[in-house]
Amino acid sequence: MGPQHPSTHGVLRMVLKMDGERVVDCDPVVGYLHRSIEKMAENRTFTQVIPVTDRLDYCTSMTSNYVYVLAVEKLADLTPPPRAEYIRVIMTELNRIASHLLWYGTFCLEIGATTPFLYSFRDREKVLDLFESACGARLLYNYIRIGGVSQDINQKFLDRMIEFLDYWEPIIPEYEQLLDENPIFYNRTVGVGTVPLAMCRNYGVSGPNVRAAGVAEDVRRDDPFAVYKELEFDIPVEKESDVFARYRVRMRELRESARILRQCYEKIPTGAFGLPLNYRFKVPPGETYVHIESPRGDIGCYLASSGGDMPWRCKFRTPSFVHIQLFKKLLEGVLIPDIMAICASFDIVLPETDR
Amino acid sequence: MPEWVQFSAGKHFQDLIAHLSGRSVPEILVMPIMLAVILGFICGSSLILIWAERKVAARIQNRVGPMMTGPRKLAEFSMWTGGLLQTAADAIKLLVKELIIPSKTDPVPFIAAPVLIVTVCVTAFVVIPFGPALSVSDLNIGVVHVVSISSLTVLSIVMAGWSSNSKYSLLGGLRSAAQMLSYEIPLIFALLGPILLAGGLSMQKMVLAQREYGCWFFLPSLLGFLIYYVASIAEVNRPPFDIPEAESELVAGYVSEYSGMMFAMFFLAEFANMFLVCSVAATVFLGGWLVPFMAVPEQMTPGYIALGTLVFFAKTSFLVFIMMWIRWTFPRVRPDHLMNLGWKYLFPLSLLNLLICAGVAVLKDVYKLNGWGVSLASLGALVFVLLLLQVVRVPRPTAFLEKV
Repeated sequence: MGPQHPSTHGVLRMVLKMDGERVVDCDPVVGYLHRSIEKMAENRTFTQVIPVTDRLDYCTSMTSNYVYVLAVEKLADLTPPPRAEYIRVIMTELNRIASHLLWYGTFCLEIGATTPFLYSFRDREKVLDLFESACGARLLYNYIRIGGVSQDINQKFLDRMIEFLDYWEPIIPEYEQLLDENPIFYNRTVGVGTVPLAMCRNYGVSGPNVRAAGVAEDVRRDDPFAVYKELEFDIPVEKESDVFARYRVRMRELRESARILRQCYEKIPTGAFGLPLNYRFKVPPGETYVHIESPRGDIGCYLASSGGDMPWRCKFRTPSFVHIQLFKKLLEGVLIPDIMAICASFDIVLPETDR
Repeated sequence: MPEWVQFSAGKHFQDLIAHLSGRSVPEILVMPIMLAVILGFICGSSLILIWAERKVAARIQNRVGPMMTGPRKLAEFSMWTGGLLQTAADAIKLLVKELIIPSKTDPVPFIAAPVLIVTVCVTAFVVIPFGPALSVSDLNIGVVHVVSISSLTVLSIVMAGWSSNSKYSLLGGLRSAAQMLSYEIPLIFALLGPILLAGGLSMQKMVLAQREYGCWFFLPSLLGFLIYYVASIAEVNRPPFDIPEAESELVAGYVSEYSGMMFAMFFLAEFANMFLVCSVAATVFLGGWLVPFMAVPEQMTPGYIALGTLVFFAKTSFLVFIMMWIRWTFPRVRPDHLMNLGWKYLFPLSLLNLLICAGVAVLKDVYKLNGWGVSLASLGALVFVLLLLQVVRVPRPTAFLEKV
């Protein structure tokens, strides 16, 4: 199956050995989208790397910007002004909403329901409009910069954000109504693709996928970055660890993101939105590793500097790559339609896997 | 009993030619012309249905659908009048496209499959009573004809799947065969109830029987109607039972390797089949061309024919609309769940329906009870039995309950 198949979201190739409708053996082959992003980063200045990280995970460019910028800041020992921190949280949470909506839509497509896709994209469009008004880009933002963000946001943006939340929060139950009580959906997702907790641990599953296995694990709370310490939010947890649980976790996370955004609206301080930095500034030698919570899980960045204006080594730890490894075990013995349901439920993004 | 309604359109046409030319013509010469008429009708109705499907889908999905092809002035008026010529344009595009026959296919069945599927479709339409005295030929085995002919569709799909020499096509074809096996049976058993009540297999007789009966057959055999409807969705491979062409799994299933007009023929047949099963449902369960609250005149009147035809199309369109609605609302069923549903639920329930219909027929014929009373009694019995068996048990997600 693949690399060109309507439901692989990019170019994942899976070598499947079939016995009729049943999968006997599955071998996911990654690498069709390799662009040597990590090597490219070594030949660019620290600021120039940011647009490259956009291409890591095109569904949530903000988080991939963020994790890299955070690594640079830690290495260079910079502290961004508080307003910038809040703007970053707002942007990552908005991006989480956009990403989860994208996931919801495509997940429904995989299991054969076409309409929810358009509902979710209708609302994702509004989030993208917000991004456009903030930084001029709709998908690859290059917005979070070292020491701050590229442009300040104004009150109008914040008001529009609240307007969107007021419109959108009552719509979340609408998404759920379409699927939750539907026996077809229920039969196709409950008990399908169950990952035992031990397996999650062995493979390093993170994000919504491990929360669906009953572990309240979230980098935003366990290892708080930015201003997440000051914000109040719950970590949705489900026990079953099947496709349905992963779906439920994501739907509940949408609500939590909205809650965080509302708090940011109340708390955002005035002040500078970034530090004045030289374009080719130098970073002291050393190495560091930071990780944050992307919509897909725990995304990490290892950064080493030799004291110049370019990274010496830049390596990303991406959740999708980890989750793809599960497929070999998980897809053994399932039916063809379950392949799609299971693969989609992990929210794999291929550019992030191959880098 | 008004005999004139059973007069077939083929006969009319034969008489007309005989009248004009002054000598009688054998039926064999008339039939090709009638088949051409049906073929035209199928093409026309499919064009309209495809347009309608896109518009219904658009309405359900917060879109406006095709708007640019067609009279602009009308498109400005509302979304339902825009893009009227879209499917015509699509058809022309498909007609002029190159027919690609992939090199590793088996060309004979590969080309024969789309031809067969359209042929089957046209043949099945022969017995459909579009209005009083308006079926091409009112065969005395009408229902059996439709069921048996339309089950040949699977042959074409398996041929297409096998000859394409592609893994997705093959899986699609095999799934189709499995699906057909498990859905033909409940479908036929669901039709047995009304056949029992009508006491005949001819389609026009079916309609007349409902007139005599006093109420349409969907009341005494409500279960049969629902089973027929569900099974017929599976029969025409429409979502949520579109597993042979499940796009997210099998790319396009058995049509993966087809292009141009051969693809269009499959497409055409899908929509024509949808119309076919809905018109059978309308005829057998919803009174066909019978106009509600209006007696059938004893003599042939053009007014009643027109009205009856209109009513028939209204009923059929309603059923078609429901099918479209279902398509754009539900996720796809998994093949094994589909088999479960077919064998474990629909099949036993269709037997139950047969039993109930037999009881109703006995009460009606032997004890001369009123059709309505019997029907209501049968509905009561059905509800009671269903409650007793707790057959309709929808599992409720716990997460949803928590939320409430």
